[in-house]
Amino acid sequence: MELTSNRFKQNASKALVDAQLQKALGNVEKGFIAKRQKSADALPEFDALRDNARDIKNHVLAHLDLYLEAYETKVTAAGGHVHWAETAEDARRIVLDICKRVGARTVTKGKSMITEEIALNDHLTANGIEPVETDLGEYIIQLRGEHPSHIIAPAVHLNKDQVESDFRRVHTHLDAGRDLSEPVSLLSEAREVLRQRYFAADVGITGANFLIAETGTSVIVTNEGNGDLTQTLGKVHVVVASIEKIVPTLEDTSQILRVLARSATGQDMSVYTTFSTGPKRPEDPDGPDEYHVVLLDNGRSAMLGTEYQDMLRCIRCGACMNHCPVYHAVGGHAYGSVYPGPMGAVLTPSLNGIDETGQLPNASTFCGRCEAVCPMRIPLPKMMRHWREREFERNLQPAVARYGLKAWAFFAKRPKLYRLFAGMGMPVLSMMGGASHRFRSLPLAGGWTKYRDLPAPEGKTFQQQWAERQSRKPEAA
Amino acid sequence: MTSNAMNAAKRPQVGLFATCLVDLFRPSVGFASVKLIEDAGCDVHVPVAQTCCGQPAYNSGDRADTREIAEQVIEAFEGFDFVVAPSGSCASMLKKHYPGLFAGDAAWEDRARKFSEKCHELVSFLADVMMVRNTGASLEGSVTYHDSCSGLRELGVREQPRKLLAQVRGADLKEMTDSDVCCGFGGTFCVKYSDISNAIVTKKVTNIDASGADMLLAGDLGCLMNMAGKLKRIGSKVEVRHVAEVLAGMTDKAPIAGGGK
Repeated sequence: MELTSNRFKQNASKALVDAQLQKALGNVEKGFIAKRQKSADALPEFDALRDNARDIKNHVLAHLDLYLEAYETKVTAAGGHVHWAETAEDARRIVLDICKRVGARTVTKGKSMITEEIALNDHLTANGIEPVETDLGEYIIQLRGEHPSHIIAPAVHLNKDQVESDFRRVHTHLDAGRDLSEPVSLLSEAREVLRQRYFAADVGITGANFLIAETGTSVIVTNEGNGDLTQTLGKVHVVVASIEKIVPTLEDTSQILRVLARSATGQDMSVYTTFSTGPKRPEDPDGPDEYHVVLLDNGRSAMLGTEYQDMLRCIRCGACMNHCPVYHAVGGHAYGSVYPGPMGAVLTPSLNGIDETGQLPNASTFCGRCEAVCPMRIPLPKMMRHWREREFERNLQPAVARYGLKAWAFFAKRPKLYRLFAGMGMPVLSMMGGASHRFRSLPLAGGWTKYRDLPAPEGKTFQQQWAERQSRKPEAA
Repeated sequence: MTSNAMNAAKRPQVGLFATCLVDLFRPSVGFASVKLIEDAGCDVHVPVAQTCCGQPAYNSGDRADTREIAEQVIEAFEGFDFVVAPSGSCASMLKKHYPGLFAGDAAWEDRARKFSEKCHELVSFLADVMMVRNTGASLEGSVTYHDSCSGLRELGVREQPRKLLAQVRGADLKEMTDSDVCCGFGGTFCVKYSDISNAIVTKKVTNIDASGADMLLAGDLGCLMNMAGKLKRIGSKVEVRHVAEVLAGMTDKAPIAGGGK
């Protein structure tokens, strides 16, 4: 997708006046938060599990090379193939080569943010291969030519009526008079349509929530079972996953699974948690003939050893965006990048560079709710601040903001001068505020007074009044 | 040493970090803080070499200026037994964020760490350190309390203000929906992203109004000015004050952004 992160402000302003979007975003705010809270409250050891999950990933990141090689060995031993992709372009080429070699005409896809990151669908389409998204949300946005607005709920920006009209527009072979007024009827229709596509597909492409070094297994979690059909019915299963998805053992996987669904949807476990190891064995009743794993770096190894390394612990649960007041206000598309919300505000600059994405780490109140709910305890605000530091070092922020900050810092570092000016200014400003004690508008304060009144100062500064009080005290000398 | 000074030496010596917003906009909060800390059995000092904690620079990515300001604050305050600020966000800056500014500079890092251990947000200082259970204040009317983000999530300030407010004679606490959700202030965020900030504060004031309380309280003046400004803009009659004003029984001054419509 085209990166429009530097138009975040404009995107956001449009989103704020989009009544349909605002209505849909209300569901994010209400639904996810209460469910996660209930699920976390029901598990006394939830916070201890979060610590454990964090420690597992920290250990992996400290020994990533070791675990990646161990993983490759196990995949190969199980009859699968591992392909190393340094860039998005490499990954696209590898997947296309596999599809071409087996003469694929259509591929089914399980929900995968990594294939969004490498823009795989566009690449396959351009090469005459039709990708079919099988996750309901992904299927809907594919019909609409859109991108996911949320990493686990890609169509969360839409409402039911929009989906109904899309289905009527595209599923023209079905009875025009059918009843699609209930969400379940939309789901059934998508299932019916997609069922045919699974059987016709030559290749099934999925992402992975985990890659297990101990066994060479890829793991996906879904609620619709579409991922299972995608990866077992095609002749070839291609897993596209980024290198930080590695976990050492099955036991570690189980540990992190216990915080994943709870943080994401408030479920104890997702409906389907599917483990795939290699292609179909002779004794297996079903499964793919070929099993490939494309391991994508795309800038991640460069994050190791930096102040952004902790971001590689992310398990893509979406809790940070579910709890973000900025995401609630503008939705995922405003971010103009593959990954929206707080995790995107940290990851996108790492993947795409800060020059094109500087708005993202700035568009945060630092309320800290994302970090408070992150199952992997990723210090998201801290890392957003680090991105602001990188910007500041290179003078990437707007000149007005830079000079304003420098002027303020000049006085903040000179208490005597600061007191002098504050002591002169505040009483004047207070008088200007008059009996209402507030301003509806004030020169240079337009950013504030556009939407709210500015409270007037009370009069003399605290420092002035304190000094007067001290001088009245006999013992103060 | 005079007898007064000897007597004083037995009482905890508290440096009041007034915060820039209290100093400039709402000195009443400073005096309310002084009263509360003195009533809790401490002596209060207000070093003149204080301006701001440095958050505007820190959150804009300007680490060099932040560090210079932090050095200035540490030098001015490290001699006291405690450093108290009537703001969760400024107190958290001093307590949680200063040490990291000096990483790699062993001497300053140690100094900043020792300093940070003395730092507290006002209400949690009263409740958790000085074990204050009742400030002896009274207020006629109902209040609702907004949990400012930094105090809540970085310092764990949640129950302390509610417990002390519960002891204020005549005050009835009416909880609002989502009291722990950001008000949209975020320092410079509220002017840099004014459209988004407005959307967030609009939800907040809707919840405040719906609580039915006569008065909104919080522990951070930045958030209070944001919410007060929005409440007055939409014509709400809810009065806005810093929680310290109510706990100190000092509500004689006009509320933040004035009263009435």
